[in-house]
Amino acid sequence: MLETIWFLLWGVLWAVYFMLDGYDLGLGAMMPFLAKNEKDKKTIFNAMGPFWDGNEVWLITAGGVTFAAFPKAYAVMFSGLYTALMLLLMALIIRGVAFEFRGLVESDGARKFWDACMVFGSAVPALLLGVAFANIFQGIPINAEGVFQGGLLTLLNPYGLAGGVLFVLLFTLHGCLWLAVRTTGDLNERAGNMAAAIWPILVAVYVAFLALTGIYTKLLSNYLAHPILLLILLVPIFAIVKTRTLISAQKWWKAWASSALLIVSTTLFGVIGLFPALLPSSINPAFSITIYNAASSQLTLKIMLTVALVMVPIVIIYQFWMHKFFATKITDEDLGY
Amino acid sequence: MDVLMLSRLQFAMATMFHFIFVPLTLGLSVMVAIMETYYVRTGKEVYLRMTKFWGKLFVINFVLGVVTGITLEFQFGTNWSKYSEYVGDIFGSLLAIEATVAFFMESTFLAAWIFGWKKLSAKMHCACIWIVAIASNMSAVWIILANGWMQNPVGYVIRNGRAELENFITVITNPFAWSQFLHNGFGALVVGGFFIMGISAYHLLRKNEVEFFTTSFKMGLVCAFIFSIAVAVQGHGHAQEVAHVQPAKLAAMEALWETTDSAPMYLLSVPNEAKEENSIELFGIPGGLSFLAFNSFDAPVKGLKAWAKEDRPPVTVTFLAFRLMVGLGTLFPLLCIWAWIKRKNLVENKLLLRVMLYSIPLPYIAIWAGWAIAEVGRQPWIVYGIMKTSDAVSPIVTSQVAFSFIGLTLLYTILGTCEIFLLTKFARKGPEPVKA
Repeated sequence: MLETIWFLLWGVLWAVYFMLDGYDLGLGAMMPFLAKNEKDKKTIFNAMGPFWDGNEVWLITAGGVTFAAFPKAYAVMFSGLYTALMLLLMALIIRGVAFEFRGLVESDGARKFWDACMVFGSAVPALLLGVAFANIFQGIPINAEGVFQGGLLTLLNPYGLAGGVLFVLLFTLHGCLWLAVRTTGDLNERAGNMAAAIWPILVAVYVAFLALTGIYTKLLSNYLAHPILLLILLVPIFAIVKTRTLISAQKWWKAWASSALLIVSTTLFGVIGLFPALLPSSINPAFSITIYNAASSQLTLKIMLTVALVMVPIVIIYQFWMHKFFATKITDEDLGY
Repeated sequence: MDVLMLSRLQFAMATMFHFIFVPLTLGLSVMVAIMETYYVRTGKEVYLRMTKFWGKLFVINFVLGVVTGITLEFQFGTNWSKYSEYVGDIFGSLLAIEATVAFFMESTFLAAWIFGWKKLSAKMHCACIWIVAIASNMSAVWIILANGWMQNPVGYVIRNGRAELENFITVITNPFAWSQFLHNGFGALVVGGFFIMGISAYHLLRKNEVEFFTTSFKMGLVCAFIFSIAVAVQGHGHAQEVAHVQPAKLAAMEALWETTDSAPMYLLSVPNEAKEENSIELFGIPGGLSFLAFNSFDAPVKGLKAWAKEDRPPVTVTFLAFRLMVGLGTLFPLLCIWAWIKRKNLVENKLLLRVMLYSIPLPYIAIWAGWAIAEVGRQPWIVYGIMKTSDAVSPIVTSQVAFSFIGLTLLYTILGTCEIFLLTKFARKGPEPVKA
């Protein structure tokens, strides 16, 4: 029972991470297509500035919770996806310092350099997270001892790459909507148009990804065993449609929330299909890392659950406050003009 | 090189780099919070400018601490997967709690502080930096509880082929870990104090913003003074705990080879690991080591030879790091006393100011040395007495680790250079001029 609760919490944490860091990763990746001049760039940096760090902590928490609740899954997942993860970390490091250093340098060349770091450091994690999760959905070659039997290229299979593209699209749409929330005038218009332009591509890739999921993964078997669960799929379908109508209506906050719902429900749709595995083995299902063979002791799960039940709502409250209070339209005064 | 050695090097490199930023974050956050509190209470412009100036340096430093910390968390899984599997039940939960109770708060409220100058009321703004300071130090508590458990494992039972939690309270009240936390925390305040004094000294040497930097210098001095003494006193207590809990580490710290009753303390000795003896031992204080370690001049102290060769920590590194730490730890209070005597007329004391400027790196070196003793001195154990480092490493291909090691080293070198360049630039620039 505790294992199942933690499995759901594990899924929710990753989903929240994608929902939050998704917008700033997506916006960072889209910067060259949205910004026309220095002021636009500053605005984009400012749109993410107060939030990216708090958002990224969800990654640390998701990682930490995997470690605490399912140590074996953490061990196998992170050592198995070694190179991909190291690339992800390096990209996130480069991105984090770009936030800080860009504002402190004065020459055009140095600014351009940090801009490039921002784009690289945003696009690469979006892509890699998608590749990683698609591979988890599909199963990775782990043997009976939980040792990864593949190489770097193992992960770059068609389904993995499709997952990467899907994440990039989800995140960039989400990021454009965030910029629309925080801006007025030209930049707002451009962000809205860009979101509208990404939307049909996203829909096409989404449908293709679902079809590929049927072919490459066993996720659907969970759903076919309990067809009622398929109703969950209505949520992302609703969200994806709603996002488009809200973009047309120019209701930016709501469009953003709808895209957030899309990301969360997509992640959870995948995670529920995975149950009870955390990391299926593509060699033999018997080698899979499941919540039962990976979980921590009951005592640890209980204590961690208490901590989570007390602390996570508090975190949500102050992060919500932060977003509500600071996510206002950016003015010239905010940029120091 | 094999995966084990590369993983160890990578971890050491990543931790040491991370630990350029952490102590200053811990120490300076408290100092900036105090400055802003002074401002809120007195309304004096100088305190506001101090908050902004030192706060800016704090923020530049903070970001690198954060991003390099993420690498560390994930390295347990990537490079030490056998370890993660074996102790995740306890160690993993402490890390997860750290993120939920401290790191979120630190990151969120620091952003509120940076972006909230115009949006928040003065009191609310000041509260934000206090939350950052408290959360940073709280984060250190949980991380060091995790490290302290590796040093002195308690509250667990070996079951199902791994270490499982038996008593959570025992784990979070681990006295060895709390002693480590205090030692580290006091050290961080020394780092903060000397950082402020050193940069103030730079400007005072140029007679730049004399009032601003005299006030800053004095604040740094008070902080460094109190905590350089505290860290020394507490450090002695901590060493006694090491003597009880990790006798092999103590023997390595002192390069004591034979188990000796009434062990002397040599002011000068040169260990020779190959020959299992010290090539030089001079100026022995009879019973000195016994007394320092066990409060009794004739207490027996175990020598390194009491352990099989493969169970001994690397002696030279541990021994030298300990000398370095204690030497610097003795120097800090002396420097503080000197500065205290001259505090009324700082600008005239060029020699003092120059010494203080060049002393900025010293507390960093001391705190690095301290961690080297803690980590190297505990080898070959990753969890003292339970799991060896060589059994902890991931079953992965060498080339992967070689790639990440080279990549991270290059990246960190570049970032470290940028960071030092920027810190120096803004430290030199001084505070923003007063608005007319």
